[in-house]
Amino acid sequence: MKRGQGSPGSWGGKPITRRGVIIGMAAVGGFLVVDLGATLYARGPLGSGGRLTPQAFVDAFHRVYGRHPGYRLNHSKGVAVTGYFESNGAGTELTSAAVFRSGRTPLQGRFSLSGGNPNLSDAAGVARGLGLAIGYPDQQQWRMAMLNIPVFLDNSPQGFYDRLLASKNDPTTGKPDPAVMKAFLAAHPETAKAMDVVKQHPPTAGFADSTFRSLNAFYFVNGAGTRTPVRWSLDPLQPLQTPQPASKNPDWLFDNLIRNMASGPLRWRLLLTVAEPGDNLRDATIAWPEQRRVIDTGTVVLERIETEAAGNARDINFDPMVLPSGIEPSEDPLLPARSAVYSASLRRRAGTSGAAPQVNVNEVAQ
Amino acid sequence: MSAQQSRYSAGTRVLHWLAAVLVFTTIIVGFTLANSLGSYAVLLGVHKALGATVFVVFVVRVVNRLTHRAPALPAGVGGVERLAIAGSELGMYVLLLAQPLIGWSMLSASGVPVTLFGSVTLPAIAPVDAATYGLLRNAHSVVAYVLVLMIAAHVSAVLLHTLTLRDGMLRRMTFGRDSATSDEPDAGGPVVTASAGGTRAQEPQPESGS
Repeated sequence: MKRGQGSPGSWGGKPITRRGVIIGMAAVGGFLVVDLGATLYARGPLGSGGRLTPQAFVDAFHRVYGRHPGYRLNHSKGVAVTGYFESNGAGTELTSAAVFRSGRTPLQGRFSLSGGNPNLSDAAGVARGLGLAIGYPDQQQWRMAMLNIPVFLDNSPQGFYDRLLASKNDPTTGKPDPAVMKAFLAAHPETAKAMDVVKQHPPTAGFADSTFRSLNAFYFVNGAGTRTPVRWSLDPLQPLQTPQPASKNPDWLFDNLIRNMASGPLRWRLLLTVAEPGDNLRDATIAWPEQRRVIDTGTVVLERIETEAAGNARDINFDPMVLPSGIEPSEDPLLPARSAVYSASLRRRAGTSGAAPQVNVNEVAQ
Repeated sequence: MSAQQSRYSAGTRVLHWLAAVLVFTTIIVGFTLANSLGSYAVLLGVHKALGATVFVVFVVRVVNRLTHRAPALPAGVGGVERLAIAGSELGMYVLLLAQPLIGWSMLSASGVPVTLFGSVTLPAIAPVDAATYGLLRNAHSVVAYVLVLMIAAHVSAVLLHTLTLRDGMLRRMTFGRDSATSDEPDAGGPVVTASAGGTRAQEPQPESGS
């Protein structure tokens, strides 16, 4: 770093002219604008103005539910299960996916309640989730995140985002602001309609007798290359229980599930509902007509329930885009958005220690 | 000394500019996908394919770098700067080989199958473990930012040499005739000057960070 004495200067024996300095600095400045500018534009926030990003969802969950490091952004309260899918082979008509050949594929799963606060008390009206990773962690694994409602409440990432913000509890009343929710529903008639459908299907007594649905449509592709649009559901083989009045135990839904599983495995039939031409494949708020063909492909059996811990379903991102060959995502815009936000959630919780599980299978209230 | 010897071999130059375009595109696609909702899955596929290509190109470049001599640095590049050039070159090679492997291992640690071009399946190269995933995922971002800054430093240094010192630094890696810069009195590759480091410019030197 030796600088000569000449005017305007020299470097390592090279004379430096004022013009040279200006041209050099201008070129460097130009390149830095391109290099750093492209980076800031790509990663945001420079280029994300007005556009929904995964970070916007992270911020929205934090605003509505508070920050809970180490937990999932949504469905924060949950419990891990393991079991298997016993396929009867009927699904191979529609898909070449190996899990649908006759036989067993082990799975990991997680029951959860919707919402980003892991400390919330269980409530019957809160959407129940069941995530499954069939064949995890093998190459041909099939991941899914299902809900116990007949249709999803949103048909776009923007709709989900707006509903999330509108559902924020008013600190004075402890409930969402009705005026805000009314304005949201006016702007999102698809959600208003979906909520009506949900109201016609009141929740069952608990997790064990709930029907869980994929909600989004997917394409099943068979060996001949035929692509069939499908939605799937898990239909409980446990008899319907009579819903009980609300309990004071904040974990009553999960505790009932733990008791149920203590007395034996729980079973659901995995049903494929086949779309017909004209059925909506990219709007999960719209139910398909009742008369659709349904294929019973086998039984999902959940044998063990575990407190969330390292190595079990706590660490699985139930990304609906992780699909085996033979199953492909539909054009539903929620699917890639779910993938992106789930990934943002996983990244923020992975390796964050100190997030104590909120459902402990060894501490069931009597 | 002929004009040919003042430049990298044609193959090296092709590899350099191919790598430059690939690396920059891969980094920008990577940042974009992490900030994207609708195109997330598509961009992830593109990013993985680009990242795998970067890795292959850099394996070829390492072999090429070890089997080809670099042209001399311009006269006037002093000892400290030579050290910085050699260090940044080594650093970029290491990071550009490591970054695709970090990406691959981080996907492995998260337990997802690693597929390329929609059909090629790669084996897992890390145990499925959330804490490992968290570390690798953060490392992937940190290395990306470091690469953005190293590219900024690399290009800035070459531009200042070429435009301010007018020592023909960029010429070592470009194509075409010498017309543009050879009009300059001190351009056209290594020239022995009276400066202290000048005489050393005739020796083969480490390739400038490329």
